[in-house]
Amino acid sequence: MFEPKIVAIFCNWCTYAAADLAGVSRMTYPSNVRIIRVMCSGRVDPQFILDAFAKGADGVVLGGCHPGDCHYVEGNYKTLRRYRLMRRMLDQMGIEQDRLRLEWISAAEGDRVQKVMTEMTETVRKLGPLKLEVAAKVHAEPAASEGVNA
Amino acid sequence: MSKPKVGFYWCASCGGCEEAIVDLHEAVLKVVELVDIVFWPCAMDFKRSDVEAMADGELAVCFVNGAIRSSEQEEMAELMRRKSQLLVAFGSCSHLGGIPGLANLYDWDMVMAQSYKEAPSVDNPEGTYPQPETPYNGHTLTLPVLSNTVRTLDQTVPVDYYLPGCPPPANLIVNAVMAILEGKLPAKGAILAPDVALCDECERKATKPDKIAIKEWKRPHLAIADPQLCLLAQGFLCLGPISRSGCGAPCVKGNMPCSGCMGPTDGVRDYGGKALSAFASLIDSDDEAEIEKVLDGIVDPVGTFYRYSLPASFLHRRVMPGPTREPVAAGTDGK
Repeated sequence: MFEPKIVAIFCNWCTYAAADLAGVSRMTYPSNVRIIRVMCSGRVDPQFILDAFAKGADGVVLGGCHPGDCHYVEGNYKTLRRYRLMRRMLDQMGIEQDRLRLEWISAAEGDRVQKVMTEMTETVRKLGPLKLEVAAKVHAEPAASEGVNA
Repeated sequence: MSKPKVGFYWCASCGGCEEAIVDLHEAVLKVVELVDIVFWPCAMDFKRSDVEAMADGELAVCFVNGAIRSSEQEEMAELMRRKSQLLVAFGSCSHLGGIPGLANLYDWDMVMAQSYKEAPSVDNPEGTYPQPETPYNGHTLTLPVLSNTVRTLDQTVPVDYYLPGCPPPANLIVNAVMAILEGKLPAKGAILAPDVALCDECERKATKPDKIAIKEWKRPHLAIADPQLCLLAQGFLCLGPISRSGCGAPCVKGNMPCSGCMGPTDGVRDYGGKALSAFASLIDSDDEAEIEKVLDGIVDPVGTFYRYSLPASFLHRRVMPGPTREPVAAGTDGK
């Protein structure tokens, strides 16, 4: 069976806390998901999502606070706008929109983390591996280390 | 002492980059005084065999424009790399993939079918495709093979410097040539243009408000832009904020929004991702349905945000579903 790799980027204040809650409550969800914590879903530069796909993620989940609850007032609204446009762009590039998902999960909703992670794993499993033809620069000398500077 | 030798070559390009060299006007005389141009297929009668006869590294510098999408272009890129001490990617196509790079939204089959069968102007009832080898009167005629994927120059051979732009602005070309001649080059891999956003040198900079909020995106052929005010503030998709400067903003001077041919500044690794981020964030709504409505105004996201840089993007291209013919087997059509 195909085991998809899923990158989840969660905000510190709501969704990451919810994932913590899921953990201490001993809720189980598929181990396909790798969670990255950021201070706000608004910190998720679209380059991070593209980079995740390019480096082998088959799906990406973004988690933020519910509308109106953002610790930084409007970070999650910015995420929502970028997410809607990102889905359109992925579609145009022939990449299934369902490989990217945005969820609002508050710190109290550990069960929601469990549900979303399980659903996302099944969705991406059905879609199959994301096949990209990734091109790299040809370097004469060893490449300098690169990091996303955003 | 003999003058340093310089070459120019073109790959998948439109010829605009050659035009840019002619556009140097009198400055080209200054360049010609200092160097010997020994290879320039567009303008001078030297052949590939002349380059092959040179010693490796005999050319001080070669400027290569155009993306790489055929067997011939790949061979020439490798040849020019071998014969040149410095290889400069000249123009958007060579630097980031350029307009031809948008072909990465399709595969070999789709590109060939569109070009040789389906385009309304094509009259080809037998569906004949160009053949890599054609016997003719006892001879064999050969043609290069079109690749499935468009690549940048630096995805093909190591590149020393980049001159961005579609085409590169004249002053940057002269500066680059002078820097090479005087040995005043920055570290290898550098882009020979200022590392600040275009807005910084835009004449309309003063009219750019601190906060831009967009309710409706406008398109240049459907709305008339005020010739003095910031185009982005007016709702046009002007890519100035995320594009490199150095061109002098001629498009904005012509009352057209920047389309981003200079590529990103050094801090950005995926131009389209960053552009998407910038423009989506400006939308003045928190309501999902309304956001969708505003986004309808961005009719072609890939063509807008990756207009010049799809092959250089993180995603590069999707491996297309269905049978894609190996480029080496190109030549027979799908009968």
